[in-house]
Amino acid sequence: MSNEDTATAKQDNFQSWFMDKLLIGMTWPEYLRKLITPFNMVAAAILSVGLPLIVIRFVQGLASVTDASNDYPWGILLGWGLFSGVPLSATGFVMATAYYIFGFKRYHSLVRLGVLTGFLGYLFAVIYLLTDLGRPWRIYFPMAVGFGTASVLFLVAWHVATYLTVQLLEFSPAILEWLKARRVRKWATMITIGMTIAGIILSTLHQSALGAMFLLAPGKMHPLWYSQYLPVFFLSSSIYAALAMVIVVSTLGATFLRDKTDHNFLSNLDPLTIGLGKGAAVGIYVYFALKLIGVAHDDHWNLLNTPYGHWFIVEMLCFVLLPGLIFSLGVKKQSAGIVRLAAFSAVLGIIVNRINVSTIAFNWQLTDHLHHIIPPWKEAMIVLAIFTLHVLIFRWILNRMPVLREHPDYTESH
Amino acid sequence: MNDKSHEPVSRDKTTGAQPGGDGTEQRKSSGINRRAFLGTVATIGGVAMIGSGGLARASEDFSGYPNSYGLLTDLTACVGCRSCEAACNKENGLPKPETPFDDVSVFEKTRRPDAHAYTVVNRYENPKDKSMPIYRKVQCNHCKEPACASACPIHAYSKTPEGAVRYDENLCFGCRYCMIACPFGVPAYDYSSALEPKIVKCTMCYETRVKHGKITACAEACPAGAITFGKRDELIKIARNRIEKNPDKYVDHIYGEHEAGGTNWIYLSGVPFEQVGFPTNVPNKPPIELTKGFLSSVPLVFTIWPALFGMCYAAVRHQDEVCDEKVASQKKKEEGK
Repeated sequence: MSNEDTATAKQDNFQSWFMDKLLIGMTWPEYLRKLITPFNMVAAAILSVGLPLIVIRFVQGLASVTDASNDYPWGILLGWGLFSGVPLSATGFVMATAYYIFGFKRYHSLVRLGVLTGFLGYLFAVIYLLTDLGRPWRIYFPMAVGFGTASVLFLVAWHVATYLTVQLLEFSPAILEWLKARRVRKWATMITIGMTIAGIILSTLHQSALGAMFLLAPGKMHPLWYSQYLPVFFLSSSIYAALAMVIVVSTLGATFLRDKTDHNFLSNLDPLTIGLGKGAAVGIYVYFALKLIGVAHDDHWNLLNTPYGHWFIVEMLCFVLLPGLIFSLGVKKQSAGIVRLAAFSAVLGIIVNRINVSTIAFNWQLTDHLHHIIPPWKEAMIVLAIFTLHVLIFRWILNRMPVLREHPDYTESH
Repeated sequence: MNDKSHEPVSRDKTTGAQPGGDGTEQRKSSGINRRAFLGTVATIGGVAMIGSGGLARASEDFSGYPNSYGLLTDLTACVGCRSCEAACNKENGLPKPETPFDDVSVFEKTRRPDAHAYTVVNRYENPKDKSMPIYRKVQCNHCKEPACASACPIHAYSKTPEGAVRYDENLCFGCRYCMIACPFGVPAYDYSSALEPKIVKCTMCYETRVKHGKITACAEACPAGAITFGKRDELIKIARNRIEKNPDKYVDHIYGEHEAGGTNWIYLSGVPFEQVGFPTNVPNKPPIELTKGFLSSVPLVFTIWPALFGMCYAAVRHQDEVCDEKVASQKKKEEGK
């Protein structure tokens, strides 16, 4: 064989690899044509406005795009991206623990989806954080330059960084199956149990640490949202948040990426959804009870009949108890549809709670409070753009790697 | 280290405070800066245990550096001339303000320290006598156990034995958690800088003055004797003395004596402090106490969880094995038939 021949063979090999892996078996023209969908047009429109705004933020400073102020240093970039994003990404830890440690073997088809949701959720929480940090290029400082060991945020920084790595390792078998790296995959699966237990340690600590961060500011938080139990509230709500989020993501996957699922995934989805709903209902009732204990412990009943108290009641009844009741109804009627409705409302409830803690209850006593609640359009656009990227990357992976389906070569190895 | 100093202490600027010799001497006698030392211990622990090292520092009782300096603002003496603002601006080389320092129109709005001003003076209506408004100077209170320092994940804040709470922008990545944590809402951020944004707050003129034995620029500039520089312990005595001698003039409270675990900048007022914008719901214990319990659980979780969840895993495996054995023996029986 001449040199030329090997060169062309190599090129062909690469071309077929490229087409197979990245273009999902299509040629460039086919692939590009397939990209023209209404959803992608909307996404492109959002990104074409949002990405330049992110550039402006880095060239001209935070003041050019956000209304972050001296009184309200944290806005929706963190309220949404970090404080809501992290509990909704507890999916990896909750599903892996349920499956590998507690032996809920029937949930196999949802474990990988949970791990991927968690991994991308943390990755994007970090991206929101990098956008919000004054000097993001110093992100590694808590790990290498200065050790603020008395700080709860120091713990969060270390844990999020470590856990991101852990989740990448947990998800790596899917990547390696996609790349057909059989031997490395075997190595990667050997550390599963260790990684899962590391995930439990890191998750229980940093989920609660996000709540503990606000413990430092008792005078500035509204007393109905401030409690010494904040770490427990944040941890306990993250568990049902994860179960609800797995229902939400699997529903979206089964609806919009049906051709990427397999029979096993689809046929098990409804009963598994109801099972997850049962767990989420219990989780919500536990959380609701804990919140009541919080009010009782500080004897804040008298504050319930104030404007902020009314909003607290709305949060507790409409965004916590109601999703719980819908979950119970769905379980009782064995209706996956009702459970899905409950899951969407529970996810919304988590976002409401985290925004309440980080934005609405914070510095509530200042005159003019609440003027900052509606973010400026540029900040909202940046959040929307990052969220769009999140969805696109999620879809990119689901389209390629065996997540909603099992890889035919590896079905035996559960 | 514990010696109660009896040497004459500064009363106000006219008697001339001379912090220098004493402060540096005390620093030497303490040998190592306590925080720096414990910080190093904590660092080693922190790398090993990821976060639990904080306990090394947090679990000790710390009632503030003895012989540290502080300032006493007497709101009944302040005339609202803003000389302190001007002196602070000059001392720290801050940009010229939009409205000059002799322009009283700034009092129409309540202001707060920001990226261009370490300190501001606000005007409040006097409930006792409307013709005599009350002025209040706002700046960092230099807490004995600062919340900002407890919040900072990179140790950008430090408390000096002289009493100043210092911030090092070289150690800051701009998370602004210190701004969330400060019970007095003091640290400001210059959001308009893209490349070098930093926290801005009063330094107690540490680098330029206090370290070299001089009193702060604002105290030196005050023509009304409203700002007194001196040893914190002495300032408390002075403040208490003033209240005792003029019980009708002052409310019976020294703001900052106990708030947030005590601050090095303390205040006297003729009207209740909440009427002149002081946060009065600040707990008396140092903020770090509020997160101590949580942080102390960290090493426990690291130690107990692997065993606990490892056991859960073992239990499930065991059950599987028992199940498999049953199935196998049943199969054998059937085959035997």
